[in-house]
Amino acid sequence: MQIFVNEHSCELAEESCLFTVRERYKPTADLLIVNGYPAQKDQVLKDGDRVVLIRRGEQPSADELEALMMARHTPGVHKKIRTSCVGIAGVGGLGSNIAIALARVGVGQLILADFDLVEPSNLNRQQYFIDQIGLPKVMALQENLRRINPGVRVQAHQLKVTADNLTELFGQVDVLVEAFDAAEQKALLTSNFLQQFPQVPLVAASGMAGYESSNSIQTRRVADRFYLCGDGVTAAQPGRGLMAPRVGIAAHHQANAVLRLLLGEEPC
Amino acid sequence: MQLKINGQNRTFSVALTVAELLSRLQLAPERVVVELNRKILTADHHTATRLQDGDSLELIQFVGGG
Repeated sequence: MQIFVNEHSCELAEESCLFTVRERYKPTADLLIVNGYPAQKDQVLKDGDRVVLIRRGEQPSADELEALMMARHTPGVHKKIRTSCVGIAGVGGLGSNIAIALARVGVGQLILADFDLVEPSNLNRQQYFIDQIGLPKVMALQENLRRINPGVRVQAHQLKVTADNLTELFGQVDVLVEAFDAAEQKALLTSNFLQQFPQVPLVAASGMAGYESSNSIQTRRVADRFYLCGDGVTAAQPGRGLMAPRVGIAAHHQANAVLRLLLGEEPC
Repeated sequence: MQLKINGQNRTFSVALTVAELLSRLQLAPERVVVELNRKILTADHHTATRLQDGDSLELIQFVGGG
């Protein structure tokens, strides 16, 4: 029978046992995962099983790491998205969270664009660290993504996104994410991108300030290829700030909409 | 003139451009995405685009925050 050990195809005798496989391929492994679930004791394997053998604390090779990271995915997801490319315009509260979710899920290539630097006030909701204050956000995020999943190719552009550089920046993407802060920037990017790229979907966000109910944040299809996440009305304004929970919810609505589009599903 | 705006039929007594319609609806043009008859219309075309009776529009207004 054929099974996969750390994502490599292996021929084994029928009725082979998990511990026998460990003995043969990685005797030092102390964490054994079968078909996405940790195995507590020895078991008989069957044709097509996927086994991941890990030694805790050991930094795995790139191939092994990929197999390990993706072991908990729904089967087939990783294969489909590892060749895809997603653009993220703005890497503040929305964009930094979206980029991390998409890197963890194994999107092959991310293109990040933002002109801004990391400031202390960003740390209430954005995925940066105190020792990154003052760095360009795209550079800081690129480093954070590398530490999470070095298998993702990240292009970082520290610049202002305009109607004129959309093709240069995002001409190759399968999906574009609008993740800006200012309403005017959101509308400008959305209108120009949808007009310039008649085949490519865009996932935007509007309305995620304050601490209103989580359940008012939704994903909607508002026009052809244009998906909008958020409650649609709750603007950031004096007296109603942007905070990690709701911004994170909206960001993950966007990330899941992107994932669904890459897998050929309607986001909502 | 009769327009369909975000799925609702609306009647206006005079012919309007897109810019005039947004003004009547008190929508800030720089924060709105306009889809006219299933085609996106960027803001630089709002003033010059005259609406026709029976046109269908989606007007999506963004609020700030991210």
